[in-house]
Amino acid sequence: MPTEFEPLRALAGGGLIGLAAVLLMLGFGRILGATGILAGFLTPASLQDWSWRAALLLGMASGPLAYAAVTGAMPTIAVPVGTPMLLAGGVLVGLGVTFGSGCTSGHGVCGLARLSPRSLAATLTFMATAGAAVYAVRHVFGG
Amino acid sequence: MRFVLFYGIGLIFGFGIALSGMINPAKVLNFFDIAGTWDPSLAFVMGGALAVTFVGYRIVLARPAPLAEPRFQLPANRRIDARLIGGAALFGVGWGIAGFCPGGALPALGAGVAAVYWFVGALIAGIFAAKAILKAFAD
Repeated sequence: MPTEFEPLRALAGGGLIGLAAVLLMLGFGRILGATGILAGFLTPASLQDWSWRAALLLGMASGPLAYAAVTGAMPTIAVPVGTPMLLAGGVLVGLGVTFGSGCTSGHGVCGLARLSPRSLAATLTFMATAGAAVYAVRHVFGG
Repeated sequence: MRFVLFYGIGLIFGFGIALSGMINPAKVLNFFDIAGTWDPSLAFVMGGALAVTFVGYRIVLARPAPLAEPRFQLPANRRIDARLIGGAALFGVGWGIAGFCPGGALPALGAGVAAVYWFVGALIAGIFAAKAILKAFAD
């Protein structure tokens, strides 16, 4: 399933992701990692700890509707894999981000911006294994 | 007031994920498919996010404290160990299989696409399984 190369949308969207990370650090001194925020939401330390995570997640999930309000169309979400792959991938992502203490936002954006060697090691690793998995699925097993 | 601020920060993130295309598994998977239908967009998402965060963090972290909390809460763990690398490796494989990462899937929850609910359900199961495994090894 080919997709269009859209560098300007990508840059602008990336800039907003970065802006959100900077604002969370400026206001509340926290890393904007989707993994950490979700994990703390699922097993909260206190009601106060749960409520800010709930508000942030609600804001995130309002993103597509806000996008539709601005552009007049919902963002494209094309899923080129079947439900078994989604389920297997989801479990692996859940295991991996918990053992590895972060994902693309926590390690790949916030950690790299802090020049954390730990985040650099994690980011290089997950980019490499993601590439290997896509290659295996699409070109070795024939997808 | 705090609720509104956290909601607003989440909304900026979610809008950025939607605008950038990170919300779309087809686009994410094509970034990794250099040998096939390659779409380099994701590199620009990461580049834009990193540029803003790198500069912003330099300014913000020069302050003695954040605006609404007594101190910054930055990760203290510096170890690059098997748990970090093994976890990152597993995450990458799952990302490459499904095309969603947590930061892409959580905003996608608001788009009403059934596939997202399957993925996030499995993601949550994986998080609880990993926590149980870590607890079993810690005891």
